[in-house]
Amino acid sequence: MNIQIKSGALQQVLALASLVVLILFFTFSSSNFFQFSNIVGILLSTAVIGVLALGSTFVIITGGIDLSVGTVMTLSGVMTGVCITFWGLPVPVGILGGILTGALCGLLSGTAVAKMKIPPFIATLAMMMIAKGLALIISGAKPVYFNDAESFAEVSQGSVLGWLIPGLDIPNAVVIFFIAAVVGYLILSKTIIGRYNFALGSNEEATRLSGVHVGFWKIVIYTLTGAFTGLAGVMMASRLNSANPALGAGYELEAIAAVVIGGTSLSGGKGTIIGTVIGALIMSVLTNGLRILSVPQEWQTVVVGFVIILAVYADILRRRKA
Amino acid sequence: MKIMKKLSVLALILMLTASMLAACGSTGNNAAGGTDSPSEGGSGSGSSSAAEGEIYIPIISKGFQHQFWQAVKAGAEQAGEELGVRITFEGPETESQVDKQIEMLQAALDKKPSAIGFAALDSQASIPYLKKAQENNIPVIAFDSGVESDIPVTTASTDNMAASALAADKMAELIGNEGKIAMVVHDQTSVTGVSRRDGFKKQIEEKYPNIEIVDIQYGGGDHLKSTDLAKAMMQAHPDLKGIFGANEGSAVGVINAVTEMKKEGQIIVVGFDSGKAQIDAIKNGTMAGAITQNPVGIGYETVKAAVAAIKGEKVEPQIDTGFYWYDKNNIDSDEIKAVIYE
Repeated sequence: MNIQIKSGALQQVLALASLVVLILFFTFSSSNFFQFSNIVGILLSTAVIGVLALGSTFVIITGGIDLSVGTVMTLSGVMTGVCITFWGLPVPVGILGGILTGALCGLLSGTAVAKMKIPPFIATLAMMMIAKGLALIISGAKPVYFNDAESFAEVSQGSVLGWLIPGLDIPNAVVIFFIAAVVGYLILSKTIIGRYNFALGSNEEATRLSGVHVGFWKIVIYTLTGAFTGLAGVMMASRLNSANPALGAGYELEAIAAVVIGGTSLSGGKGTIIGTVIGALIMSVLTNGLRILSVPQEWQTVVVGFVIILAVYADILRRRKA
Repeated sequence: MKIMKKLSVLALILMLTASMLAACGSTGNNAAGGTDSPSEGGSGSGSSSAAEGEIYIPIISKGFQHQFWQAVKAGAEQAGEELGVRITFEGPETESQVDKQIEMLQAALDKKPSAIGFAALDSQASIPYLKKAQENNIPVIAFDSGVESDIPVTTASTDNMAASALAADKMAELIGNEGKIAMVVHDQTSVTGVSRRDGFKKQIEEKYPNIEIVDIQYGGGDHLKSTDLAKAMMQAHPDLKGIFGANEGSAVGVINAVTEMKKEGQIIVVGFDSGKAQIDAIKNGTMAGAITQNPVGIGYETVKAAVAAIKGEKVEPQIDTGFYWYDKNNIDSDEIKAVIYE
């Protein structure tokens, strides 16, 4: 456990250094980059993918993967819309409905992985399709709008901070992202869930032999990932003030990329929440900066691809030394 | 554990059997002998298609989830009812699933329809199947986007180049014929993405020398991505006067970005297509106006042309289904109400 924390710290320093270098580079390249409104914009565009990536971190540390987070996020957003708009339920109930929908999908994926022994790749691939289909069914294949519940938009778009400290107009979505990160950090480093999470990813057989109910904890972890995914869905719906069943595909890959850039190993047993936060920030600083420099989009995608390879290669080099 | 395994295998077998039975049942319903191979159908015994005398026209679209396709479907169904022909409407889940669409086209041909409506996702990939239709004397009506082939009897679509040139004219007028503008386009590979981008760009470059297009970015029609990239554009060019969003998702993204940057009214937003978010934005002043195609008309004209072709009547090789500029002033008129869709 001690070794993990140490290499984790080194990893974070490296990721943080890359982030700082990127920020410095863009600040010197364009005077429009380092401005309050743009920094807030970057944080806001990190928020949804960031929460998604936080959730994915747990499953990836077990050595698993969750390919369904993009479409489950959509399903959760649509479910919130169904609760609030179609059924006329109060906004908090709708939010809870969205988060629970995500958790339930995670529970099902986890059960498929832990009890039915379906490989995570396949089980969550199936969940990806199930969630996509269900999102279309419950929405009637149409976007759901929240125009009747104006307070819902405030969940992401409002600014509690700006209300507390005038001038500090940071949208709630950013605040929720950081709170979610703190909660994720506490779960991963201070609770038994976190401990078994690392144990499962390092050596599942040894964990089983030491008397841990492996199946149960796997289900807990997939459910936890699902709950974060549900929260991301609620945040996205609130930011767009609508839930569109056609959105969400492809977001799982961005979330996985953020986790990997943050130093979490896809083979499991190693990873941190702070790393994921930095990874998500690196992704959005990079895309925002390249956009501000008006780099053609084709090249933006190529650059992000290279960054992923570099991040994973740095991780491999470090492990060889260790 | 062992019992668990056996049970799950059993359940899987049951599910597979059930789905296979269901699949057989459904093809049986669609057409007697629906599983006949096309070569057998060519022998002349294939009159078993739709019930005797009934005209059946399957329509294969590019998708079905977007409101746009739902409106095309509504138009096709309306024509089907008026003309007394049977219509089916289907399309793949996303507009990148070329192979799925080809399968749908193949299946539709196997049912030996009277004519076929087709909006190609990939104009090249579909040509062998269209040839098969031609050999079997099944008229093909292309809609929305054309096919690079002379097989389709006609193409019912919006003239996207002309439509986005109109958007460019409106944008120029609204910003006083000078200044910096930017564009958010859905993609750079599809026919609509390319022709709307080029139609807008060409018009600005040729007619308005004092307007500069400073940036063109692609958001895949994804609302959230388009929002973020439009915000970055505004950040990079603080003196930006207007942004054009080339389809529904792009336009909604630009609207969100302007709202989040609190620049309502300072940046002129011109959009394309329709949808509730755009209609609301026009009503509350965030968006100046947008071009709408006439999707109901596209569906309607496709079926109408198909019926004409079946009857051997002459059909024009191009059917321009039209487009409209709508803004605060005419959004509630009957003419516009008929072509915008929520």
